[in-house]
Amino acid sequence: MQYKVTHTTVYEYEEAASLCHNLAMLKPRHTPTQICKTVNVLISPEPDVVNEYEDFFGNRVFYFAIQQEHKQLNVTVTSVVENTATSSGISYPDIGWEEAVQQLKEPNPVNADLKQFVSDTHMTVTDSQTKQFASQSFKPGKGLVAACKDLAEKICKEFSYSPGFSTIATPVKIIMQKKKGVCQDFAHLAIACVRSMGLAARYVSGYLETLPPEGETKLVGADASHAWFSVFVPGAGWVDFDPTNNLMPSSQHITIGWGRDYADVTPLKGVILSGGNHKLSVAVDVQRV
Amino acid sequence: MTANTPGSIIKNNFTTDYSYRESMGTDVDLLPDWETFFSSLTQLGPEETEDRRQNIYRMLRENGVTYNIYGDPSGLNRPWNLDIIPYLLSQRDWKKTESGLAQRAELLNLVLQDIYGEQKLIKNGVLPAELIYNHSGFLRQCAGIRQLHTRSLVLYAADIARSTDGKLWVLNDRTQAPSGSGYALENRLAMARILPELFNGLQVRHLSSFFDTMRNALYETAPFQKQDTRIVVLTPGSSNETYFEHSYLSSYLGFTLVQGNDLMVKDNHVWLKTIGGLEKVDVILRRVDDVFCDPLELREDSQLGIPGLLQAVRSGNVSIANPLGSGILENPGLMPFLHSVARYFLNEDLILSNIASWWCGQKKEMDYVLDNISSLVIKRICKGSDNRNSIDGASLSSAEIDSLKQKIKSQPYLYVGQEKVNITHTPALVNGNIESGTSLFRSFLVGSDHGYTAMPGGLTRTAQRENTFIVSNQMGSVSKDTWVIAPEPENIDSFKATKVEPFTETEKRYITSRTAENLFWVGRYAERVLGNARFIRNVLQSSMEGNRHHQNELEAERYLLEAITHYTSTYPGFLDEEDAEKKFSHPWDELKHVLFDASRAGSLLFNFNLFCRGVYSERDHWSTDTWRLIWNMEKEMSGVSLTISHIRALSVLDSLITSMVAFIGLNGESISREQGWVMMDTGRKLERSLLLINMLQNTMVGKHDASVDYNLYEALLKSNEALVNYRYKFKRPLEHYLALELMLLDNNNPRSLIYQLERLKTYLGKLPKIQQGYTLQEHEKIILEAHSRLMLAGRETFTRLNKKTNQYVKLNSLLSDIYGLLSEITGVISKTYFKHAPGQKQLFTIESF
Repeated sequence: MQYKVTHTTVYEYEEAASLCHNLAMLKPRHTPTQICKTVNVLISPEPDVVNEYEDFFGNRVFYFAIQQEHKQLNVTVTSVVENTATSSGISYPDIGWEEAVQQLKEPNPVNADLKQFVSDTHMTVTDSQTKQFASQSFKPGKGLVAACKDLAEKICKEFSYSPGFSTIATPVKIIMQKKKGVCQDFAHLAIACVRSMGLAARYVSGYLETLPPEGETKLVGADASHAWFSVFVPGAGWVDFDPTNNLMPSSQHITIGWGRDYADVTPLKGVILSGGNHKLSVAVDVQRV
Repeated sequence: MTANTPGSIIKNNFTTDYSYRESMGTDVDLLPDWETFFSSLTQLGPEETEDRRQNIYRMLRENGVTYNIYGDPSGLNRPWNLDIIPYLLSQRDWKKTESGLAQRAELLNLVLQDIYGEQKLIKNGVLPAELIYNHSGFLRQCAGIRQLHTRSLVLYAADIARSTDGKLWVLNDRTQAPSGSGYALENRLAMARILPELFNGLQVRHLSSFFDTMRNALYETAPFQKQDTRIVVLTPGSSNETYFEHSYLSSYLGFTLVQGNDLMVKDNHVWLKTIGGLEKVDVILRRVDDVFCDPLELREDSQLGIPGLLQAVRSGNVSIANPLGSGILENPGLMPFLHSVARYFLNEDLILSNIASWWCGQKKEMDYVLDNISSLVIKRICKGSDNRNSIDGASLSSAEIDSLKQKIKSQPYLYVGQEKVNITHTPALVNGNIESGTSLFRSFLVGSDHGYTAMPGGLTRTAQRENTFIVSNQMGSVSKDTWVIAPEPENIDSFKATKVEPFTETEKRYITSRTAENLFWVGRYAERVLGNARFIRNVLQSSMEGNRHHQNELEAERYLLEAITHYTSTYPGFLDEEDAEKKFSHPWDELKHVLFDASRAGSLLFNFNLFCRGVYSERDHWSTDTWRLIWNMEKEMSGVSLTISHIRALSVLDSLITSMVAFIGLNGESISREQGWVMMDTGRKLERSLLLINMLQNTMVGKHDASVDYNLYEALLKSNEALVNYRYKFKRPLEHYLALELMLLDNNNPRSLIYQLERLKTYLGKLPKIQQGYTLQEHEKIILEAHSRLMLAGRETFTRLNKKTNQYVKLNSLLSDIYGLLSEITGVISKTYFKHAPGQKQLFTIESF
């Protein structure tokens, strides 16, 4: 499947800014099942400085600075991504989750790298409540993939999707109590759960193709950026789960990058030198091409 | 200090039975160095010793040596404590320490470069990944940045202690932004100056060459070798615990002291905002913790950093000492692995022993720690949320031990158990007696292309409490000078030979915008304090005199009290309609608030505190003599409460006025940077003009009964120190026009308005041009206009009286116009020279669904 993703971000400042520094993680990376064929970045006003590099996790980062007075900032990233993942016919190794925990403890270079995905981060703090919630899915003797699927399903069913309730700073604990949130919250919660069992989990930032109800045409810009989680399965590598939609991502999910949590893969952030407030609007469009 | 011989001093005072004491070696006899030292101390005698001790205290205080304690409202600018008995290190001990520390620094430097580079240590199993990846000091943003130099870890410090069996141990590594070297230097200067006799017979190594090496090493780190390498010292600001040192080192080394908002990133370079525009920065000596250094990529809530800094670092356009990310080495979990790291990289054994440590990330080690928890010290590999990272197991209750064990079991990789070392006791002078305390000393090293060089000395801190083994400045311990007793090495001059660039003081550089702004406001507040103090003093003197019943006197007094309210902007004050009568009959009740109520905006103390804040923000601008004055003023003002009598208040004002006049005078002749003086004096002249106009409007615009006016004119002239001048010049009673002429137009009178305006015109013309060419800049135009208005006013302007209102109306409007123009100047120069950009703001990040 080939997609064209258009992601537009517009900031409007109340007062003109004399300088802005921005860091963007909006260029999809290559993965075993995804090739980013082209990516085109359009920034207005034209930036004075652009630096591109790969971060610690191999994600594609670009930094840009606008050094002249401006009141509006527009960033449009258009990427063409070929996704070769298939949803059927994949069989995962039948490894119990306890066995996976044991294997992670063995000292070897792969595990050394995985260790950072086992520990808590600020955004995925585990406590007894999350652990208790997790253990309902991670029952003794259960297969690792089955347990993760179960966790994603539980989150999808027991939590309500509720935009506007949380911010990116809302702790997992609150999401756990209120049983609502958005995709980042569910990803963080799932990651906290998986890590609380001693397993490696990471946060994936990306897009999801949404299909219009039958008989209707798709609205341009109605999509959004998306997030889910990935668990390391010995023998198979990283396997993705989408708790927001209770499914295992395949051909409709497009990956931008991954990290320990949202903070490692924030799509766009910036600092401006300006006195006033600002307004943000985002439009994402995922089209099959 | 009653005993006469060194031996008896020790025997009389070291009563507790320790198996080893620093000064005695393993025998009961003193070591030779200590023998020499104590014999010098004994010769000095108890009274003289006490006298010198007080001198040291005073000198440190006057030099502004302070250590700020966080979370203690009275702890800001706490004076530094120095024990006059130093910590002695013999040549033999020092040799081992020096080579051991240099080896350790090399090693840590290699670890740092490897962690952020190839990660061979992790890949080859020399270091466990969890120890690095779970440490909050591991900044993934810094991975893969090209290392510009062999020794990225430019500065290194280690805390060392001697155990009771005489061995030296490294307790902590300091790699983030090691502090203390400036205090060590200041301690030495104080000792050498005030207690020279104590150095008799001992060859104590000098410290200054170390700072030359440091300066050279920093020049070497510049990414581009060029003529005018610009190095700045980045400080979090004057409320930081070691701010004294930041300011002290920057002036000692000849670097500019800056805060995050003095710098900006543009075109992948770091720039310093000065009054002459932006200047490129090559090297940053960093005293801000790395996570606070770049709000774009590191901690987003930081106001101490420079957005985009990491991009400039990644582009190789700026060097930071120490590099961002070096906090990873402040990791007690590394200790047990350093032996293997030494074998891996250098094929050597560690020269200096680590304290025995068990990292709980390994099963066997964790079990050992859990089993022996009450006899160990438990540390986190990095500071936790409670900021406490050392717990003495023996001090815990069994419930606390259980909870700690739980924490260790749930995140074992975050904890380390360390053996408790019995630290040897050293002599200390406490209240005239020699007592013993445990000591730690911090050693400092600097790395350059030639290797690591250790400061032949250091900063020793002692805790008086028995068996205290956690010693830190935050807990308010006492410091000692550290004497390495050894001959100077012969190759000492080779450091100087390798100088990259000689330091020249004549370099013409613009002061930073922030410094300019601070000095401008110091000038304004100094003048405001002085003006308020003088005016109120005069009114107070006359209004509190006994036996005053004359109606005219009382009426004049009313006007003057109202004028004080206007002058100080402490409304409603004496203009309060409801309370007016009460206030006039008991003016002291109101006046004491106008003077000493710190919470009242406009009060003398309020302005004085703002003055001090400005002074402390530009600490390195003031000479020692100036500090003495500041200190005297602070002492005087802090001793005042609202219960003060007016008699006592007058003497406080007298002394404040004397000191403030001296402060201004001293700076006129000693402030090192010409531009600094211009800024400060601009502030003064501007403030004085505004105050003078205000006072003139309240004493000379209205016409009253002749004797009332006489009192008002007298108060005006007296408050401006111009009464004598008037009498000398005119030799006749006070008249409206003559007084006005003296205060407005006489440019031989340094108190006159014209005098202030002329100086302002000169100063403002000296500020760097923002646009090239001959056209006047905005502030030059304004001052020219104000000056011309005054010069062009005819005699009639000053004398025309509106008979109906009994007011000199033209005078009033002239004064108001000039006041308005002068008020504009602050805004204009602040926009042009002080603030190059408004504050930083985070852009919202994208919400996704």
